[in-house]
Amino acid sequence: MSITRRRALLGAALSITLMATGCSGSDDGDDGAATPTTVTEADIAAALEAGGNLTVWAWDTTITKVAADFQTKYPKVKINLTNAGTGNDQYTALQNAITAGTGIPDVAQIEYYALPQFALAKSVADLNTYGAASLDGTFTPGTWNAVHAGDKIYGFPIDSGPMALFYNKEVFDKHGIAVPTTWEEYAAAADKLHKADPKAYITSDSGDAGFTTSLIWQAGGKPYTVSGTEVGVDFADPGSTKFATQWQKLIDAKLLSPVVGWTDEWYKGLGDGTIATLVTGAWMPSNLEKGAAAANGKWRVAPMPQWEAGGKATAENGGSSLAIPEKSANKTLAYAFLKYAAVDEGAQTRIDDGAFPATTKHLAAPEFKNKEFPYFGGQKVNEVLAESAGQVVTGWSYLPFQVYANSIYGDTVGKAYLGQGTLTDGLKSWQDASVKYGQEQGFTVK
Amino acid sequence: MTATPTVRAAARRSGRPPLKPTARQPRRRSAVLTVVTGVMLVYAILPLAWLFISATKTQEDLLGTFGLWFGGEFALFDNIADTFTYQDGIFGRWVLNTVIYVVVGAGGATLLAALAGYGLAKFDFRGRRAVFAVVLGGIAVPPTALAVPTFLLFAKMGLTDTPWAVIIPSLVSPFGLYLMWTYSTEAVPNEILESARCDGAGEFRIFFKLALPLLAPGLVTVLLFNLVAAWNNFFMPLIMLKNADLYPLTLGLYSWNRQANTVGGDVVFDLVITGSLLTIIPLTVAFLMLQRYWQSGLAAGSVKQ
Repeated sequence: MSITRRRALLGAALSITLMATGCSGSDDGDDGAATPTTVTEADIAAALEAGGNLTVWAWDTTITKVAADFQTKYPKVKINLTNAGTGNDQYTALQNAITAGTGIPDVAQIEYYALPQFALAKSVADLNTYGAASLDGTFTPGTWNAVHAGDKIYGFPIDSGPMALFYNKEVFDKHGIAVPTTWEEYAAAADKLHKADPKAYITSDSGDAGFTTSLIWQAGGKPYTVSGTEVGVDFADPGSTKFATQWQKLIDAKLLSPVVGWTDEWYKGLGDGTIATLVTGAWMPSNLEKGAAAANGKWRVAPMPQWEAGGKATAENGGSSLAIPEKSANKTLAYAFLKYAAVDEGAQTRIDDGAFPATTKHLAAPEFKNKEFPYFGGQKVNEVLAESAGQVVTGWSYLPFQVYANSIYGDTVGKAYLGQGTLTDGLKSWQDASVKYGQEQGFTVK
Repeated sequence: MTATPTVRAAARRSGRPPLKPTARQPRRRSAVLTVVTGVMLVYAILPLAWLFISATKTQEDLLGTFGLWFGGEFALFDNIADTFTYQDGIFGRWVLNTVIYVVVGAGGATLLAALAGYGLAKFDFRGRRAVFAVVLGGIAVPPTALAVPTFLLFAKMGLTDTPWAVIIPSLVSPFGLYLMWTYSTEAVPNEILESARCDGAGEFRIFFKLALPLLAPGLVTVLLFNLVAAWNNFFMPLIMLKNADLYPLTLGLYSWNRQANTVGGDVVFDLVITGSLLTIIPLTVAFLMLQRYWQSGLAAGSVKQ
């Protein structure tokens, strides 16, 4: 299959996936101005000296200060920072802009799960051109792997979400529940808590694609295999089965709160103790502080429950990168900003504002690890989270059409949460629908 | 629901003999109807009451106290002040944007609908039926389906992320056109037009001096429709606008609400709710003030004169 055809296919695939309605895209595979094959550090310095305008699309609030600092340091650069929506909203907008060929930003925030989709369509630039390979070892292996497709690098990690168990200690103490170290113990704790207080649940989960894939990831499952345009989807592997069996018990016993994540009800539950734990990414602390202020001092962080007693395996949940759209008019300058925000001064600025770093240097820094969080009763939360970052199971990959796959999760796996069939059935139909879609888009799907 | 009493009122006003003699007698109360109306009232009022009560609460009370009663602290005025000062007072800017989009968009759409509707009703020309088919088709196609093609069109013209991207699409209102067309057919007698023409009046003069006053009730209906549509316009700005300084209120409030979904985002449910309350006030006022026209306008199509 020729590159051009593949690109056209994927371009069309993306248009349909991401837009509200299908329509024929005008993506004719024309990449605009040719980029030099290599850009040296001197070229980058020259671009900074020359200055110019950069449009940055990011929803992450910690970017605001980074952009301001960058402009102070390089006065000839003017950054136009735009919040084009969080996650999917922004991908739709980005894809629309790419299809239309105008209004494309110079830098865009893209989550790890969505990056392969833009990378395979060549919508984002390969940063090797700018010497990104020299940053090998700068980022944690998990995040560095997440921005790679083959030996090409499509973005710089700006945060990471190694998972941990966030729990409401007050609720646990009140009912004499021990902090679970395995998923078996977690289920037992769920049962004990709900029996002691029928209004309280161990956690809320009404079906979340990111959570499901993260737990399968932790269990050692590798349902997605990707090699170029050859894609495999298999939710019958041991890791997926482990998750489906264990989590089904919680669903069957009605031990999960049906409250939908990130709603006002959810924040309420996190604040008043009716949602007692969250197993989620390391970026959670600042959200708890801001959204569940009522529980100030009550929450703690513990290592993620394990599939094997005594195990030390974790997974990533969420986290995003900054990428440069291929059609950006000022890619060299954009790269300079990327490096500043992800590696240089900007990384520390963002950590100070509550972001969880993806850089090994910052993760190991004593002032980072020893920081005491008043919201967590003075606990040194980052110690637990940084430890988790080092234990992420390797070898995970997302589908090159994961944005679409996640969008149909609710229609397939989500049904199991409503008592229609089991998680295993749901995963099977998710697999079938993903395979079908992949084939339609021109992938070789097994 | 609303059409039934309205038709009756209009019928009575137009002096037609009532269908049943009982209609003139004092109305008998129907227990069933009273209950149904009561339920509808509660259904309509409850969300508003919730919105108002919630707007008086601090964020903590909002999540921590019963939704349909006041919290410990009456924070309405603090909330309003915060809403207007949060993020350098961008809310005020959104109010202004919305007013501009509504005045230009809904006003323009109404004028265009009146002109076109009148023209189609009162002039006989080739292709009228084709226009009729296109307009009906236009009503049938949901705006959502046209959003992306419209976006691509505007992107090619370089109009995305400008106020025009919101205003131009809202200038087109096939439903308003259809309504004005039907209304013109009924409300403007051909005899008047003919006599005016005999007296030597130009077509535009006839339209503005003679037809427009006759069309006033219908015009207000269409204006209200367009007003509501423009005020609540969300999807078009969502895909067209990236610059927060150009947002209308709907999109601005949405972006505040979405902050709660964002890692490290500022959770401002209290401001979202207070902002929503402030947003619906102008519409509510417009409805109450124009209610009379609205009702007679609605009835226009349903009563043969």
